[in-house]
Amino acid sequence: MSHPMSHSSLHAQTLTAGYAERRVLDNVNLTIPAGQCTAIVGANACGKSTLLRVLSRLLPPSQGQVLLDGTDIHRLPTRHLAKRLGFLPQSPIAPDGITVLELVSRGRHPHQGLFNRWRPEDDAAVVEALSATHMEALADVQVDELSGGQRQRAWIAMALAQQTDVLLLDEPTTFLDINHQIEVLDLLTDLNHSRGTTIVMVLHELNLAARYADTLIAMAKGNVYAMGAAAEVLTATMVREVFGLENRVIADPVTGKPMMIPLGRHGGVAHVQD
Amino acid sequence: MPICSPMRPARANDTSVRRAPRLSRRLTVACALVVLLLLAMALSVAFGARQVGLAEIIAAVSGRVETLGDAAVASRIPRTLLALLAGAALAISGGVMQGLTRNPLADPGLLGVNAGAALAVVMGIAWFRIDDLAHYIWFALGGAALAAVGVYAIASVARGGATPLRLALAGAAVTAALSSLTTAIILPRGDIGGLVQSWLVGGVGGATYAQILPILPFLLAGLVISLLAARKLNLLALGDDTAAGLGEKVALARALSAIGAVLLCAPVTAACGPIGFVGLVVPHACRLLAGGDYRWLLPFSALGGAILLTLSDVLGRLIARPDELDVGIVTAFIGAPVFIWIVRRRKVGAL
Amino acid sequence: MSARPESAALAHLRQLRHRRSQQLWQRLGLLGVCLFAGVVLTLTLGQSYTPVTTVMRVLGGAEVPGVGFTVRELRLPRAVVALGAGACFGLAGVAFQTLLRNPLASPDIIGISTGASTGAVFAIVVLSLNGPAVSLAAIGAALGVALLIYLLSWRQGVTGGRLILIGIGLSAMLQSVTAYLLMRAPNWSLQEALRWMTGSLNGARLDQALPLLAALLVFGGLLLSRRRDLDALRMGDDVAAGLGVHLGAARVTIVLAAVGLAAVATAMTGPIAFVAFLAGPIALRLTRQSGALLLPAALVGALLVLLGDYAGQFLLPARYPVGIVTGVLGAPYLLYLIVRDGNARRTL
Repeated sequence: MSHPMSHSSLHAQTLTAGYAERRVLDNVNLTIPAGQCTAIVGANACGKSTLLRVLSRLLPPSQGQVLLDGTDIHRLPTRHLAKRLGFLPQSPIAPDGITVLELVSRGRHPHQGLFNRWRPEDDAAVVEALSATHMEALADVQVDELSGGQRQRAWIAMALAQQTDVLLLDEPTTFLDINHQIEVLDLLTDLNHSRGTTIVMVLHELNLAARYADTLIAMAKGNVYAMGAAAEVLTATMVREVFGLENRVIADPVTGKPMMIPLGRHGGVAHVQD
Repeated sequence: MPICSPMRPARANDTSVRRAPRLSRRLTVACALVVLLLLAMALSVAFGARQVGLAEIIAAVSGRVETLGDAAVASRIPRTLLALLAGAALAISGGVMQGLTRNPLADPGLLGVNAGAALAVVMGIAWFRIDDLAHYIWFALGGAALAAVGVYAIASVARGGATPLRLALAGAAVTAALSSLTTAIILPRGDIGGLVQSWLVGGVGGATYAQILPILPFLLAGLVISLLAARKLNLLALGDDTAAGLGEKVALARALSAIGAVLLCAPVTAACGPIGFVGLVVPHACRLLAGGDYRWLLPFSALGGAILLTLSDVLGRLIARPDELDVGIVTAFIGAPVFIWIVRRRKVGAL
Repeated sequence: MSARPESAALAHLRQLRHRRSQQLWQRLGLLGVCLFAGVVLTLTLGQSYTPVTTVMRVLGGAEVPGVGFTVRELRLPRAVVALGAGACFGLAGVAFQTLLRNPLASPDIIGISTGASTGAVFAIVVLSLNGPAVSLAAIGAALGVALLIYLLSWRQGVTGGRLILIGIGLSAMLQSVTAYLLMRAPNWSLQEALRWMTGSLNGARLDQALPLLAALLVFGGLLLSRRRDLDALRMGDDVAAGLGVHLGAARVTIVLAAVGLAAVATAMTGPIAFVAFLAGPIALRLTRQSGALLLPAALVGALLVLLGDYAGQFLLPARYPVGIVTGVLGAPYLLYLIVRDGNARRTL
């Protein structure tokens, strides 16, 4: 690997943020575990996407700060920061007619100056990103022609070519079929294991979050409700209080991780009583 | 997210929160509008580039033309009448178009209908040697109808139907192309070159009774048809499917109201040139006053349009004294901010 | 992972990249050849034919009776101003379209060219200015209109649809102002009016090339220095920010440069309809480039104005200003965009 397995630490200190008059985050303090895979979950409008946007400096906080290895990210030059912290928004838009190779090459943007030319290490980074995402064979294919899972892999490859220690992803699995969701999450786990990239993602699907993340952050009403290992965070009480959903949490028969089963009013409750 | 979202009834969010105004309120508003219109007419006769006294006004209105002042005032009477008729016709036409396309930005000027009428009239003048208003009107009607159908068809072919953005763009594109063609026809013809001026900006200056009489039957027909279509527009506002479910023949309703709208705006363009934004602004203002029921909205718009255009004309005469500002410029200045206000008020998805 | 396949992949990748850039240069070369051919055509063949050798001699300074005036005073200034203004419009258009990720957001549709035209006409008719002062007035007015559009369409962020609609509204208003000013001008002439309403190269002078060249150097250079940011911006603001683009600075620079280009060109030739709007999309289809289309769009813009003017002068039954030709050409494409545009996700 061409880059060291350095773990950057990301802290949020007394973060308050929002849009116009609406305050979405209220005094959030947290530390993202370095070198781990962290998933942020919570009901709609609880502030999870806003938290991710503030952590990735897309949204400046009204109070508090985000520290990357002790430096406020809003004080760092953007290009400098982009070499250390990558961000992939929810369903990004590819320009018409762009090929996978070109898209992934765009990830080298922060590493290039005003007029410097493409260098061998840029090529190396792109090849590595393509191979890590198993996209080599598709390098010359246009992004519009890819399947949903392949397209998301191409975007992740672009973020990888950026060669950052931290990668933030906003709902990387939305609009994907379940097989593609698993494909993407497996890929992210591989990256985390092989490169030590710190991964932070907002996920909708609780059970997938519990299964793939080392750390779960459950958010409610603009603040952290609970944070820790999946087994500690994903509890019936949490789901009831955060999502307002009657539920039962059992051990996943395959992985042993917690698994939430919603109990609707017609959930056939008799069958799951133990 | 895609900008275009499924079309929804344009007025639903405007009216659903407000209760329909009571009859008594509507009558009060109607009375107020009539008084305002009379006032506007009085102003229009009294004020102009030349300052005149009360005696001269009275003399001119009672038919005696002896002094220069009397003559100036007398010439203002047909002008006032034309402004009044044009304003009323354009406003109703705009209101009908908004209902028909279920689109808050519909207006004969913005949708390219006036440009179509202008092109057809210029073609008539250049190629068929027509030279009086009575013949202009037929060309204007044909051009306006073609442009209206064309713009609406282009905007609705795309997936998601005719959104406000698409209609406005299609209107702008068609207007650009048609006015280029209009210029292209006039340009090589030195004999009719002076016409360009009058097709750039519309105005009611120098109006004569001879200019008003030929358009009257068309306006009357347009008015009757539009008022007949009002009930159908109310149903169309609920969406095509609902309207059909309630027993309305949607295509027929559309065709009828489109004919009404074109009959109202094309003769005005033939007589005055392109006047924009009246059809956009007035129905919106009247909707705030009278609610969204087209049976009320259209008559109110007629009053409102007459007031707006008459006052705009007076304003144009007063601002630039001793010169005159064409009324088309004044309405553009009043209309564009309203247009922008409407755009700003709407949710992004609805654009 | 072993070293062998990695280097094979590298070689493959280099090959792909090489092929792409070769393709791009081929297309650019083709455009350049077309442009050169167009210039030769406009210099040699007008109402009379002048052999290339004679043209060369005239341009070299030789005095050839009967030809010198035609070539030096009529044809050459026209061709030079066409190239300069076209390149300016093309660059301005593609910069706006890329920045706002919407093919409809070109300066001629959202009213920025109209604003520049109104400013220029106001400076000439009301303030009786001429020369560089007119260009400055055009730039000032265009910047003002750009700012106004931006402020008016800002409501917790700017969306393309709202910005375009507000631009159309403002544009309608400004057009009637221009028309009014022109009609009130003491020496109204149809040719002059057409120039400010639709754009025309009639009466082009060689000294007009200077401001155009300056605009291309300063503002074009500014855009070129931001070309990587423009590349990144084509993928959306969030992705671009994630890649280290300083959004605020990039937007301000790009808008300033694009407005400057459109305004200077408008001050010289009037708002030549739809060149800014057409150049980017045509360049995209010609080069199939995913990157910034600055250079190709500039070439296409120059070609459009050059050929449009030539067609307007010699290929049609009467002589028309270039803006009428491009206006009639551009409208169908705009309509096609509206019809095709089922998904607003297409970027250019």
